Amino acid sequence: MNLASETRNDVVIIYVKEERLDAHNSTELKSAVQKLFEDGKKNVLVDLKDVRFIDSSGLGALVSGFKNAISHQGNLKLSSLQSQVKSMFELTRLHRVFEIFPSTVEAIENFQS
Amino acid sequence: MEGNTIEVDIKVPNKTRYLSLIGRIGEDIARELERYSGDKETLAYHLNLVLTEAMVNAIKHAGPKEPEKLVRIVISIHTDDLTIRVYDDGQGFDINAIPAPNFDELEDRGRGIFLIRSLMDSVCYRKNCRENILEMKKKLT
Repeated sequence: MNLASETRNDVVIIYVKEERLDAHNSTELKSAVQKLFEDGKKNVLVDLKDVRFIDSSGLGALVSGFKNAISHQGNLKLSSLQSQVKSMFELTRLHRVFEIFPSTVEAIENFQS
Repeated sequence: MEGNTIEVDIKVPNKTRYLSLIGRIGEDIARELERYSGDKETLAYHLNLVLTEAMVNAIKHAGPKEPEKLVRIVISIHTDDLTIRVYDDGQGFDINAIPAPNFDELEDRGRGIFLIRSLMDSVCYRKNCRENILEMKKKLT
């Protein structure tokens, strides 16, 4: 899976550079997020700008990351969801669970506040 | 897509790397439906999703691992009726025993069948003498 990351203002941003986040590749994202929290990072932002399609496994990997954040007293937020991807969060009610921001800039501002 | 009937019968290895291929076929079919009056891009996503979820389900329930094991998927459209059938030869399961997700509990798993049920009009899982069939129907109006 193609993941890129950078750190801005103490927030690790993971860019999912894939068109699909599904049962084929979501385990890699899950492991990458888990490792960040295990390594002591507290603030993780997953940016889904390039993701055009998400399935239940992709949603599950993000839920796993969210639970990891809680168990490490950290935060996991999401940014740049395409409209069809966002509608999957709404269908599964996960939009009530995650903090979702239109852009990485807005998400990072929220981490600081 | 002119005419009233289309039937696509595909077999692919039961590996997750083929999910995108199957999903794309569903998307392409949705975009070609000339008679469909709804939003074709939304339908394309939904067909991609139900095919992906159903194929993952078939991979999970597939019989003893053999390298040449295939998943068979049949997509058929007759006038406004879409039917998707996905075949597996595993143990099978009782689809009616699968609960809807508990939205207050954060589970990593258990949303696949819920998504299929939400996006299709009817879903059933039955067994014939050789295999299990997950059958999903939707009225395309």
